[in-house]
Amino acid sequence: MSGAAGAAAAPKTMRRLEPAAIRGVMSRELANFRTYWKGTTFSSVLEPIVYLLAFGLGLSATLVDEVDGIPYIEFVGTGMVATAVIFSSALPAMFGTFVKHRFQNTYEAILAAPVDVEELVSAEMLWIGLRAGLYGCFPLLVTIAFGLDPAWGMLLVPVFCFVTALGFAGFGVAMAATVAKIDQFNYVTALFVTPLFLVAGTFFPIDGLPHGVQVVAQLNPLLQLVELVRGGAFGFEAVDIARFAYLACFALLTWRVAVARMEKRLID
Amino acid sequence: MAAIELRGVVKRFGPITAVDGLDLDVPAGICLGLLGPNGAGKSTTMRLLTGQAIPDAGELNVLGHVLPGEAKAARAEMGVVPQLDNLDVDVTVEDNLAVYARLYRVPDVGAAVDRALDLARLRSRRRDAVDELSGGMRRRLLLARGLVHEPKLILLDEPTVGLDPQIRTELWTLIGELKSRGTTILMSTHYIEEAERLADEVAVMAKGRIIARGHPAKLIGDHAGTQTAEVYGPPERLAEVRSGAEAQGLRVRPAGPAVAIVGSERAANGAIPEEAVIRAATLEDVFVLLTGEEAE
Repeated sequence: MSGAAGAAAAPKTMRRLEPAAIRGVMSRELANFRTYWKGTTFSSVLEPIVYLLAFGLGLSATLVDEVDGIPYIEFVGTGMVATAVIFSSALPAMFGTFVKHRFQNTYEAILAAPVDVEELVSAEMLWIGLRAGLYGCFPLLVTIAFGLDPAWGMLLVPVFCFVTALGFAGFGVAMAATVAKIDQFNYVTALFVTPLFLVAGTFFPIDGLPHGVQVVAQLNPLLQLVELVRGGAFGFEAVDIARFAYLACFALLTWRVAVARMEKRLID
Repeated sequence: MAAIELRGVVKRFGPITAVDGLDLDVPAGICLGLLGPNGAGKSTTMRLLTGQAIPDAGELNVLGHVLPGEAKAARAEMGVVPQLDNLDVDVTVEDNLAVYARLYRVPDVGAAVDRALDLARLRSRRRDAVDELSGGMRRRLLLARGLVHEPKLILLDEPTVGLDPQIRTELWTLIGELKSRGTTILMSTHYIEEAERLADEVAVMAKGRIIARGHPAKLIGDHAGTQTAEVYGPPERLAEVRSGAEAQGLRVRPAGPAVAIVGSERAANGAIPEEAVIRAATLEDVFVLLTGEEAE
């Protein structure tokens, strides 16, 4: 059992971003996912139902009938897509990356194989993006069950969720490569995740906020996602192309930052 | 051609120089034991060889690949067994192996997994989660994972650290099988017995450099002679014996509750007390003389 007979002979140098390396890392994620998918999927389906019951039915029965002509339960239901995306991308990326690096030494094993940090980070982001892209659709499906009319534009929602989730996965990986201790994620959650989640136009339209806050809120990728999802449900506008481009740029930016931060963390 | 060639390699971590001008050749087909105390630079050397650490100076060549630029290509042809168990514990034995077969671009993943399962003697446990395996099985799986792509070179980083003697012996058997198949092995260890039993050659590392190298028997002959006299007694008696032996130019080292007079065959009459226990010189004598550290 010697002589690398089982593996293809390695060339002098290997390419960057090899699909085989990315697939290999993702296959590890898939193998692990098969052991815990039931719990994760259960909470991903149940949470939007609880939110819709609490905010949608609760508030629409007492305080708000509709927003911008949209029934409040449908307003919240379409907005909840963004909530599902950030909570199934940024948080798993932060905690998962930190645990795999610090406690499980998983990355040390992967980087001993012909995989580099760029491929590792790309695969982690893609995996989280795909998963969050799927989970992001659940609130929309639940809202349809609560009366939202299906529309062709909704078929693009998984794509919007995937691209946004890529961005937040990159953000999470970069944060994991930056903090020194796991409890420092409390700062990240309080300073970034919660404000982004609250000022995304999910529960209330942001045009009621002070002008300065509205301008800053436009930078929030979650707000752009919410607008795109509502576009898919109620009709797109030309500006939605710019919104999608913004989300793609956000994903590209966080990808490069995450790769740089992880290289610093993983390579001595 | 040497499987590994290091020339003047330096690696610093802030003010600490972990590897300090390291020169090391590992010819193809041999098992070289890298023996050294904790902090000698063994693990950093292993990380340099996989490209997980970038040298501050020096040249590294692994299987014809110049590192760190070609580290990824070098890693494709080598296997690494880490010091720490980093298996995916919730995943089955065969899935753990299959993931790494894919990472190493093995064309026939199923066949590679079967081969690795046979090597680790875990075929009957293939569908069990790693969590359900005993400590020994997990170490065997870790070794098999590093070999799933049939590498030309394998790096074993403290392969039996923290294991009980029975499991250690099991792993030695597996490593012995690898040796007989001609795989080049670089094994870092701080267990003397492990190096003595498995290595064709031993390189003693201290403070980031190789301070002695050779076949274990030659190292013993060159540095410790043929026999060692151990004298037990109260501290005052041991101090007296030590000064008497040192006065004759003999080298003396502490050996737990005793002092060991190394190369005692060269002692003049009277230098070795009658109550001394005479035994053959060992690699441990060499290790302690050279590094000043107690061996395990």
